[in-house]
Amino acid sequence: MSSDRFDLAIAIGGAAGQGIATPGNVLARIFIRRGLHLNAYNAYQSIIRGGHIFLTMRIGDQPVHNHGDKLDLLVCLNQDTMDRHLGLMGPGTRVIYNSDTITPGSPEDGVHLCPLPIGELTDNNRNKLVQNTVALGTILNLLDVDFQILEDILTMQFQRKGQDVVDENVGVARAGYDYAAAHFEPFSLTVPSGGKPLAVWNGNDAIAMGGAAAGVKFYCAYPMSPSTGVLHWMAKNARELGIMVRQVEDEIGVANMAIGAAHTGCRSMCATSGGGFALMTEAVGSAAMMEIPVVFIDVQRAGPSTGVPTKTEQGDLWQILGASQVDFERFIVAPTDALDAFNTMPELFNLVDHFQCPGIVISDLLISEGTFSVDPDAIDMQPHIDRGAVITESRTDVSDIPTGSQEANGHGLIGAPSNGYLRYENTESGISPRALPGVQGYAHVVATDEHDEDGVLVSDEFTNPHKRRKMVEKRARKFKGAAGHIDPPELSGAADAEVTLIGWGSTRGVISEAVEMLSEEGIAVNHLPVKWIVPLHAEAIADVFANAKRTVIVENNYSGQFHRYLRSETGLTADGHIRKYDGEPFMPHQIVEGVRELLAETTDIYVPYQEVIV
Amino acid sequence: MSVETLTRDEVQEKPAVPLKAKDYKGKVDPDWCPGCGDFGVLSSLQRACANLGLQPHEILTISGIGCSSNFPGFFNSYGMHTLHGRALAVATGAQMGNHELTVFVTGGDGDGYGIGGNHFTHTARRNVDLTYIVMDNQIYGLTTGQVSPTSSIDMRTKSTPFGSVEAPINPITAAIMNGATFVARAFSGDARHLTGLIEQAVQHRGFALIDVFSPCVTFNKDNDYPFFKQRVKKLEDEGHDPGDWKAACEKAMIWGDEIYTGLFFQKKDAPTLGDQEPVLDEGGAIARRELGITRDQSDRIIKRMM
Repeated sequence: MSSDRFDLAIAIGGAAGQGIATPGNVLARIFIRRGLHLNAYNAYQSIIRGGHIFLTMRIGDQPVHNHGDKLDLLVCLNQDTMDRHLGLMGPGTRVIYNSDTITPGSPEDGVHLCPLPIGELTDNNRNKLVQNTVALGTILNLLDVDFQILEDILTMQFQRKGQDVVDENVGVARAGYDYAAAHFEPFSLTVPSGGKPLAVWNGNDAIAMGGAAAGVKFYCAYPMSPSTGVLHWMAKNARELGIMVRQVEDEIGVANMAIGAAHTGCRSMCATSGGGFALMTEAVGSAAMMEIPVVFIDVQRAGPSTGVPTKTEQGDLWQILGASQVDFERFIVAPTDALDAFNTMPELFNLVDHFQCPGIVISDLLISEGTFSVDPDAIDMQPHIDRGAVITESRTDVSDIPTGSQEANGHGLIGAPSNGYLRYENTESGISPRALPGVQGYAHVVATDEHDEDGVLVSDEFTNPHKRRKMVEKRARKFKGAAGHIDPPELSGAADAEVTLIGWGSTRGVISEAVEMLSEEGIAVNHLPVKWIVPLHAEAIADVFANAKRTVIVENNYSGQFHRYLRSETGLTADGHIRKYDGEPFMPHQIVEGVRELLAETTDIYVPYQEVIV
Repeated sequence: MSVETLTRDEVQEKPAVPLKAKDYKGKVDPDWCPGCGDFGVLSSLQRACANLGLQPHEILTISGIGCSSNFPGFFNSYGMHTLHGRALAVATGAQMGNHELTVFVTGGDGDGYGIGGNHFTHTARRNVDLTYIVMDNQIYGLTTGQVSPTSSIDMRTKSTPFGSVEAPINPITAAIMNGATFVARAFSGDARHLTGLIEQAVQHRGFALIDVFSPCVTFNKDNDYPFFKQRVKKLEDEGHDPGDWKAACEKAMIWGDEIYTGLFFQKKDAPTLGDQEPVLDEGGAIARRELGITRDQSDRIIKRMM
């Protein structure tokens, strides 16, 4: 980012159980209330106590799309953090630590060490979390921010625990603030204020809120990192919003339960991660076969198998593409950030309702567990809702009761035509009006077996190749023109750029910053972020390739899953690749270096080295 | 659909036309083997629905996969023919989505106690208000005769040519232990008895299991009609108290010259899953409520984020 912008990064490191989340949340509130933008990434381990957690919070006066490349301030809550990360700190940075328990090691010249005698400052308070609050006061003083806002937020945070707890926390924060004033040199910067206050959320909140705004009435899940935040948001808000939320015995049950609720007419969704999605896959196909609109969310983490549960990756694309057997119609969408994920939910629900098919959202740990500022006015909680062709009104002119129970019907079988309603009517569009159970005059059966227009099975003794073909083509016909209902990807940046970077899903923010950095170096780069995977706007992408001088696909996996998909759908191949599969998200400089290396033609596939080891 | 429609209230004001068992015939006749026990279950459910005055559109019949899971196609109601083993999970979602429906789940022993065992356990403990009819033939029929979770030890099937070495599951004790609030066993050869149990199960609020001996005349030559006819004994004739779960389990464990059928266990006052969810308290089926959230609600949510 150019130097005239306010761009500050704070890291807090410690062990699980040392309470990193609270100072992180307090700082986030302080900055967003001043109208500053924020992007925080929490690197953590699958451990409840111990291990190492490293929260990086980047704050800016302009929208911040990733956690950045550098650190300005490091808070070490334990020796391990000091040992691991002191080497990352350069001249002008500050390092805060408890000098009672932590020895600093040898910093680079110009690093300001800020030792806090926590015992002395807190009258030897035995609460191990007290050092966090002292550090908060210290941080505020180093940033030359008035203490009052911290007092307000600590009061809000601890109000429920009583005035004593509020007083204690405000007191130690004040001690940290005053101690810093007396002993440390503050940053020579001014934290901007007076901007429009922003809100803060993470991607899982955004997905859940998008679902709620879309009218989700049924949500179910089995806990699985990093998707569990959606369940937590839904569970917390369920009763206020009238949403039925269920925790189910396994993801097979989750997917099927969501389908059951969807069939009765609820907007219904569920979220999981790759392993759980593997269990859901059979149900995805069943929703397509029964033509029931339902939304599945896969929050990707590093794999395969249990993999690295707390690390990010874009590695589930082919699993999702291949989820469930044989051909069927479904939407697959990879939102590019939290707000985009929020807006995608109502859009996707309208699509799956219209086309009566499943929809799959691909998120990842980076989006779902990242913390971001958001303009509250950008959150449209009353989006347009379109339920498609759905029959909810009863009729009595036609009976559900069989009339000619012994007459031959259209199947050449003994039976009854009953109400004559064709759930899977072979319409021109392929879309057949969907009657909800409970509506009189439309009783029918939906089946995962192949069935005829009236829902009667054609899979068992009545197998009929012509009927089978008709129904395959009817379902497929629904999707002709589906791409027209979604936006094509948009190229940003110079048309005649030297390099065209193509990414998908969560990499949009980091690539766009790399593009800016490269242009400052004099390398013209443009950027095509792809969001909709199915249907794929193949022609729009092919146009970009046709006009590109050098195409580079950036993705967070080993094998180039998006590249392989693009090639299979379009025959296009890219000139170079930047890939990362170490569990950590891309940092902007890693993409910049990748572009330089690819331009120098030292390699076709650049894999950045991850400096920050957490 | 250019048809005259009535609102739900108008429909409900119309007096219900008394229905007959044949009114619950599905669009096609069953494709079960002649003599299959499932015919008796189908006719019993049709009779029970007629006796209870249920309208086909008020019923949702959900099955998994297997011979007996073809049931919804032969029965006139709303139906879902879902995945193998998943009927109870789908049914829980459907019952929560529209708790005003009468939900039947129909399937077999492999579908329910084998591949669907996990859902069986949890649907029982949740006390979801539905009636689960298992057509238990102690064999996998649609795959042409392999051992099932209820096959007896030593039973020879295509997958156990030297005899099964695994102990069978006891659906009755399993259901009671898992928290089911209505647990019964029937024999499809006694349609009158089965019909009565189905009626009781529908009237019971909560998870009701009826495990029905439904002989597979093609692949299970061990447990055929004569086998059961000679052995089944009704609990009702024994003065069994369905409130006594210990006695219920003791009776359920008896498997020899005598095998008990009837209502083993019932807990009448247990709240259902829906009863315990305030979301369902007012406003009818959630599937029919207005979508979206109010400005007051969204303002509150966003304020908490600031």
